[in-house]
Amino acid sequence: MTSTASVQAASAAHTGDVVAAVRDVHYAAGGRAIFAGLDLEVRRGRITAIMGPSGTGKTTLLRLITRQVAPARGQVTVFGKDLASFGRNQVYALRRRMGLLFQNGALLTDLDVFENVAFPVREHTDLPEPLVRLLVLTKLQAVGLRGAATLMPGELSGGMARRVALARAIVMDPEILLYDEPFVGLDPISLGFILRLIKHMNQALGITSVVVSHDVHELATIADDSYLISEGRVAAAGTPAQLRASDSAAVRQFMTGSAEGPVPFHYPAPDYAGQLLEADER
Amino acid sequence: MSARPPGTYLLGGVRRLGSVTIFFVQLLIQCVPALGRPRLLLMQIYNTGARSLIIIMLSGLFVGMVLGLQGYDLLRRFGSEEALGIAAALGLLRELAPVITALLFAGRAGTALTSEIGLMRATDQLTAMEIMAVDPLRYVAAPRFLGGVIAMPLLTAIFSVIGLYGAQLVGVQMMGVDRGVFWSQTQGSVDLHDVNEGLLKSVVFGIACSLIAVHEGYHAEPTAEGVGLATTRTVVASSVITLLLDYVLTAVFL
Repeated sequence: MTSTASVQAASAAHTGDVVAAVRDVHYAAGGRAIFAGLDLEVRRGRITAIMGPSGTGKTTLLRLITRQVAPARGQVTVFGKDLASFGRNQVYALRRRMGLLFQNGALLTDLDVFENVAFPVREHTDLPEPLVRLLVLTKLQAVGLRGAATLMPGELSGGMARRVALARAIVMDPEILLYDEPFVGLDPISLGFILRLIKHMNQALGITSVVVSHDVHELATIADDSYLISEGRVAAAGTPAQLRASDSAAVRQFMTGSAEGPVPFHYPAPDYAGQLLEADER
Repeated sequence: MSARPPGTYLLGGVRRLGSVTIFFVQLLIQCVPALGRPRLLLMQIYNTGARSLIIIMLSGLFVGMVLGLQGYDLLRRFGSEEALGIAAALGLLRELAPVITALLFAGRAGTALTSEIGLMRATDQLTAMEIMAVDPLRYVAAPRFLGGVIAMPLLTAIFSVIGLYGAQLVGVQMMGVDRGVFWSQTQGSVDLHDVNEGLLKSVVFGIACSLIAVHEGYHAEPTAEGVGLATTRTVVASSVITLLLDYVLTAVFL
């Protein structure tokens, strides 16, 4: 724990260092190209927002950074190391320095809230039970759910499940925390909680954060750096204010949520009238 | 749609067999650390074994009773009703108990294992473990596999005992076979070899059924349909493999 604390203290001193970098990454899944020359950087101690319309591969980017998948071409480096040469043990060692908040929480359904948060601690350390309890209760207090410690995942609302998952993601004091669509399906109050927690984790604990989302307004309030991904590459990068002031029609369309613009509402289809008439003829 | 050439089915079968074999080896490697976590293992023995007790005991009783009725009717034609105990004991110990227990295990515990692991996959729980640097093979698959392998011989033994009691219930209580003759003939004719045959079969069936159930769940498509299909495959594959292995093991023992 001491070494982790010192690493984080050093991290704070080196705010701005590149923690994770994606260079010219190409990746395809199911015969569909998802990334075609993606380049981006995540800097230490900052909140980096990855935005883009649904289906642009935002979650896939997190899968690349956590080495769940490997790129067909290009380079993914985390903590200065190229992941291409990593074996299973190295990948696991890398993941112990990271936390990932899943969109659905992904809590273990056979364990209660307390045991879910305690799970990584029990698996990776031999801490005595009083210390585990202290650690877990501290993290649950941080997300406001100390009182829900004995509830089962099935008894939690979506927002509560995500906060428990957040407590679990930070219980091992990760250096980098990845959030996969943390705002989806939340009521305004839960959404406000999550936003404040992301900011708090970043400012109070110095955790580098990567937030993948398409909720532009929410992200703009907390992000230090933003990337907009479109058609397999970075369409725009900068602060949220810079993105809003962009000259690009595609960027403006996304940032304002307009129906008019280069990103079409309709999925590619044959001529509408022709297809309707064809149906009549049948 | 054009019909697939026969070779693709063969290749698919070989690929599947290879996948199961690799999975089996990985599972065996993870079984060693899993043995060091008795609480997790006991929970799985409870889930697969204790929770299957009612169905095993009820089935054992009725199978034994049918065996008593059919055996008595058959043996009476030759004036050998007193041999009912031997027929029932050997039939149960060597054949019926291990096979029927395995089939019931596949339907009750095997499907539960597959759907549980498949749903864990579909709800990202296995991926979450991977991200937390915890191998789901060690934490999820190995204890469940071991739990099934340990539970199967225990369930088979219980099936045999209850089945023999059922046969005795019909033969002695209803049909009037002498109680002393029934038990003394059983005691005199059943030797360790017969018990071992049933025991070995139950262990082999336990390995096969648990492996299939865990493998199907672990590799299920992470959708409702995928988990449903995997569960069906567990029952079908376990049943066929059990009967196939039963023939092979019987041929080896005789």
